[in-house]
Amino acid sequence: MNEDQKQHIITLLESDKRLDGRKPLDYRKPVKVEPGFTSTAEGSAKVTIGETEVMAGVKMEVGTPYPDRPGEGTIICGAELLPLSNPEFESGPPGIQAIELARIVDRGIRESKTIEFKKLCIKEGEQVWLILIDVVTLNDAGNLFDASALAAYAALQNATYPKFDGEKLDYKESSGKKIELTNIPLSVTVCKIGNKFIVDPTTDEEKAIDARLTVATLEDGTLCAMQKGGDVPLTPEDISEMVDIATEKGKELRQALK
Amino acid sequence: MSKLLVKEKEIVVPGEVLAEGMDNLPGIGTYRQGEEILAGRLGLTYIDGRTIKLIPLSGKYAPKRNDTIICKVIDINFSGWRVDTNSAYSAMLSMKDGTSAYIQKGADLTQYYALGDYVVAKIVNVTSQKLIDVTMKGPGLHKLKGGRIIQVSCHKVPRIIGKQGSMVSMIKQATGCRVSVGQNGLVWIQGEPDKELLVENTIRKIEEESHLAGLTDRIQKFLEKETGAKLDVSKSSQAPPSPAGGRPKSYAASVRQGDNHGL
Repeated sequence: MNEDQKQHIITLLESDKRLDGRKPLDYRKPVKVEPGFTSTAEGSAKVTIGETEVMAGVKMEVGTPYPDRPGEGTIICGAELLPLSNPEFESGPPGIQAIELARIVDRGIRESKTIEFKKLCIKEGEQVWLILIDVVTLNDAGNLFDASALAAYAALQNATYPKFDGEKLDYKESSGKKIELTNIPLSVTVCKIGNKFIVDPTTDEEKAIDARLTVATLEDGTLCAMQKGGDVPLTPEDISEMVDIATEKGKELRQALK
Repeated sequence: MSKLLVKEKEIVVPGEVLAEGMDNLPGIGTYRQGEEILAGRLGLTYIDGRTIKLIPLSGKYAPKRNDTIICKVIDINFSGWRVDTNSAYSAMLSMKDGTSAYIQKGADLTQYYALGDYVVAKIVNVTSQKLIDVTMKGPGLHKLKGGRIIQVSCHKVPRIIGKQGSMVSMIKQATGCRVSVGQNGLVWIQGEPDKELLVENTIRKIEEESHLAGLTDRIQKFLEKETGAKLDVSKSSQAPPSPAGGRPKSYAASVRQGDNHGL
């Protein structure tokens, strides 16, 4: 991205316009959630936001709990940026971008307390459920954060426990029991370009971003988690405005889950 | 006994047998395997005497000599600039071909073309090893400032340009934007924000509907509907009015005019 193109985006934003004709706070259409996208995972979902496509899968394992939390299960989140989804992605061990994506998804779900970890306990100190959430990007046309968080939640909603008889897990058979989810955390990434805020950036816009803030909120507006990125610092006023935008847009994304 | 297995303008997929026997010859996009001629890519067949050719419908741009392309500066070294050509191979823009200005030894080359800049350049040579040389010396070759770059399939470029540049002239006339179409499938658009978007949408429409008959009429109707103004096509196909400081006719558009593969 050269200076010229960045300036072009900023000039457009000054008159509240974007390259693709959207308003600064518009999501691309359609925002679509397809639960149960794969049959091999205990729960899965594909999310489409405009041309961005992300798939999430939930696998469930029985493992030993952490020594300091003997009565709690846990979630483990991973993300893979497939080279197929963006020419800039390389295969190999996850890079900084993939790690950040996984952590944002993980934190949004963990800190919302939507899964009660105590309820994942089978036998204290010995056996607990481990929920593995894996996010795979199918096409990166920008805004992987929001799409991944939405896909991860939709996959959790779709997941059922596999059959477990105390010793052996049978992945071929579902017990039909769903994971209990107490609320719906959704992440919205608000980006700052110049002195304007936008949501749902495209890949071109992502390269022009000064700063971004991913905010996970609940239905009632409770804040669960935040992650800041980009080189430019944010003022307290910026942050409160970004949080307001994220809460508002979270309501819109929630419609897609229904 | 030789046998031709396909008709003219038939869609074929890679590996499809086009002809049997030695009476036919493999042309562009096809190859011989034993007694058979097979398709090398997805495309339309085109029978030229004994030769079977394929007009590709998909795939990356293959650099060709004398093509005018839009490229992006990706590296600067002692002898000039390396540019991305939107193909598998990058090209070299030497200092001599980059500018006619006198460049002092050790001068900062970014003052001419910086990293990330887009330029309209012409391919002067492609070696068998696919080393490409481009030049900035020639009519209509220039650095691109402002506006936006969009990517289209390079096989649709003749459609976007139209016969004698008629399609691109019509778009320019309707929107008042400056448009440069590179043979490598990169298109540069500059103008009013709403109009830039209209040009982009129009080009996407051309890309989608290029195989259907009556394309020009449909695009004209689309543009008239979107802009709410009547278009005088007869005027646009002859001498397009130069929009916003643009040159009389896009050089890139005039290259390969009429190269419509008889479609």
